[in-house]
Amino acid sequence: MSVVPVSYYLVLSAILFGFGVVAFVFKRNIITIFMAIELMLNAVNLAFVAFARAWNQLDGLVFVFFVIVVAAAEAAVGLAIAITIYQNRRSLNIERVNLLKF
Amino acid sequence: MSLPFILFFVFAFVSIAGALLLILAREPIHSALALILVMMSLAVLYLMLGAEFIAAVQIIVYAGAIMVLFVFVIMLLNAGSEERTDFSKIAKYAGLPLGIFLLLELAHWMAHSLIGTTPANGAGSANVMVSTRELSLQLFQKYLFPFEATSILILIAILGALVLAKRDE
Repeated sequence: MSVVPVSYYLVLSAILFGFGVVAFVFKRNIITIFMAIELMLNAVNLAFVAFARAWNQLDGLVFVFFVIVVAAAEAAVGLAIAITIYQNRRSLNIERVNLLKF
Repeated sequence: MSLPFILFFVFAFVSIAGALLLILAREPIHSALALILVMMSLAVLYLMLGAEFIAAVQIIVYAGAIMVLFVFVIMLLNAGSEERTDFSKIAKYAGLPLGIFLLLELAHWMAHSLIGTTPANGAGSANVMVSTRELSLQLFQKYLFPFEATSILILIAILGALVLAKRDE
């Protein structure tokens, strides 16, 4: 069984979350931006599992379960929105969707 | 250095490399494959943390269902290489420094957190073994109402996806 300290998992989770934020800001393709959100959710899940292990509580694992369900729902609706944007704009570039921009 | 440490560092390196590849790839399909790599290595880390059910769900639902949905939409929309635009000055000049700052901040506080040095299921806490049975008992007793609420959420998501993706006549 694992003897790796919990802080290692937490630091890995922080690094993955940071990369997710960087990808979210930098990417211009709407599908890739959704992938960045999924990466951030994965990083949070890793932190949940690590905390659940550290405190020997099952609640963290249940939360991971719910996060996965919400991520699935978000991906379904988000990708449907991406399809609609593509049908209207003929482009997946997020810079071309600027009618609501201030 | 013992085997768990070696396994942890190998799969941590693979997941970080996958995340970098997601950022650097120009084709959306390459980003999707990199994200699958991250999810697979995270599933191995979940196994090392003793969460077998979560690891299986991670592979089946995340790397299986959700990423197939992504790849399917990429194929459907024929998403090619990302075009370079310089419209957003804020993202260009503030994005990378702020992202790295957030990363370092999070890593610092997590490394120095209250339980920072607690071994994950080490000698002191090895008595409780998280089994799928206990997890499901928790899920269907303490968290029964949120569990039922998620089914309504999924129903709404299905309806929303149908309404949005439907072609106007």
